[in-house]
Amino acid sequence: MTETWLLRNLRAVKGRAYPRVIGSSREPSWVIFDVLLPLLTVAAYAYIYKFMKAPEEFVGFVILGGAMTAFWLNILWSMASQLYWEKEIGNLSLYLMAPISRMSILAGMAVGGLFETTLRAVSTLVIGIAVFGIALSLSNPVMLIIVFIVTMVALYGMGMMFASLYLLFGREAYHMSSLMTEPIYLASGFYFPVKALGFWAAAGASIIPITLGLDALRQLFYPSTRSEYGFLPMGTELLVLSILCVLFILLSKLSLDYMEKLGKTSGRLTLRWQ
Amino acid sequence: MNSDLRTFKNAAWLGWQMEANWTDPFLFATYSVVKPLAGTLILVFMYLVITHGETETAFFSYMYVGNALYMFVADVLFGVTWVIHDDREHYMTLKQVYIAPIRFSTYIFGRAAIKIAITSFGVLLTLIFGVLVLHVDINLGAVNWPLLVVALGLGLSTLAIMGLALGGVTFLTAKHGMGINEGIAGVFYVLSGVIFPITILPGWAQSISKFLPVTYWMEGVRRGLEPGVMAQLGPATGLQGFSDLQLMLILVLAAISFLFISLRIFKYADKIARRKGKIDWTSAY
Repeated sequence: MTETWLLRNLRAVKGRAYPRVIGSSREPSWVIFDVLLPLLTVAAYAYIYKFMKAPEEFVGFVILGGAMTAFWLNILWSMASQLYWEKEIGNLSLYLMAPISRMSILAGMAVGGLFETTLRAVSTLVIGIAVFGIALSLSNPVMLIIVFIVTMVALYGMGMMFASLYLLFGREAYHMSSLMTEPIYLASGFYFPVKALGFWAAAGASIIPITLGLDALRQLFYPSTRSEYGFLPMGTELLVLSILCVLFILLSKLSLDYMEKLGKTSGRLTLRWQ
Repeated sequence: MNSDLRTFKNAAWLGWQMEANWTDPFLFATYSVVKPLAGTLILVFMYLVITHGETETAFFSYMYVGNALYMFVADVLFGVTWVIHDDREHYMTLKQVYIAPIRFSTYIFGRAAIKIAITSFGVLLTLIFGVLVLHVDINLGAVNWPLLVVALGLGLSTLAIMGLALGGVTFLTAKHGMGINEGIAGVFYVLSGVIFPITILPGWAQSISKFLPVTYWMEGVRRGLEPGVMAQLGPATGLQGFSDLQLMLILVLAAISFLFISLRIFKYADKIARRKGKIDWTSAY
């Protein structure tokens, strides 16, 4: 690994992240479409908790879950499906010909996606807090940042793995992403504590990093609800998330290499409109 | 007229192929069942967490049926706008369809029709699951069929017409413009009494609710499908003062008004898109 190689790949990461970062400022209409309007769905869930006279914390759970949906949607539609779309529009072959690691492209997509999505999620959170007047505890900000970062690394690692797996999909890619929306919202407890699903269902759903990440964030923001609604102790959740980080990044590298090889031998890497 | 029918039929056939032939029929059927059920179960779990398992209440049936019907709102709006997004960004065939000697709006409605058919299957399955597993209060003997059929037909037509306006907006927006569907559908989700009666909203929001056709559509379909539940909830729904006939008249008026408005928006957006060269742009960054 030479310095030139490293710099070249860092430039590739920057180059692939750039359109996503800059796209946010060039198309400011996303503020309406991706922040204000989706907040309405979250508001509906908040109102139903209010209607059922649920504890106040549940409105906070919904706002947090609603903010985190931005990351999951970004994983599905802008990470997992992205290499497939790149294939469809003819960019994939250019990436494969470039003298860079494919992982740099995926990392660039992840960095750019994380940037634009964090902006959206934070906006949703701030507006949700302001509109519904919820109070969040910030007693352990360092842990909060650590949990968030570890969750995001694991989540985007999973997205990178999906991106390579999706490479061999045709139109299944769209349906696969579509299928993994509501069922994952349900399994990961985006709008209610995942503990409500029962231990084994929640444990199974923990393979999706956002399940434990969201649960840990809720425990940090609402320490008083930890014993009643927290799924696992926070330390355990952080440990599992750290393992998922390593696992998914490793698997993404392996699956990318495998799928590229398979794609080349089966001649499907540049096949479009299947 | 013949040309429009042929366009509609072929667009619907194309829509069906695009929706269904990516996999085998069994997997497609599973996919069509899992997605709507999961969406509904989110709400069911939210309810169960708070009520500790109580589902045999009028409010639960109200919420469950509303959420099942909402699939129509989301999918019909999405179906119409997705046609433009999908053909333009993914298949890059929008320009070819656009310059074909057909009425473009008929093509869009044809593609969307199949989406409505698939959604109807999901709604039906969700309702059956609700009745059999969660004891949702729907008694087939008590269903007011004429009201149900008329309300359903009028509401779906209005939604498809509204979708046309959003389709026009999609011409002018980049890839994230797909959030329009989610957003507009979200407005209806909050303000139209989909999962909770509009009476719990603040006064100003209730005023907006009464301008939205989906509010009356939901009320009309619920009165047809679960008259017992609606009678139990009584004034809590906020629309008790409207007779069935008044609800239907409002829906007819809404359909006519939106037809006029949507066509104007679509034509305007179409003109701007052509002027700015946006008919075949892609923004898949």
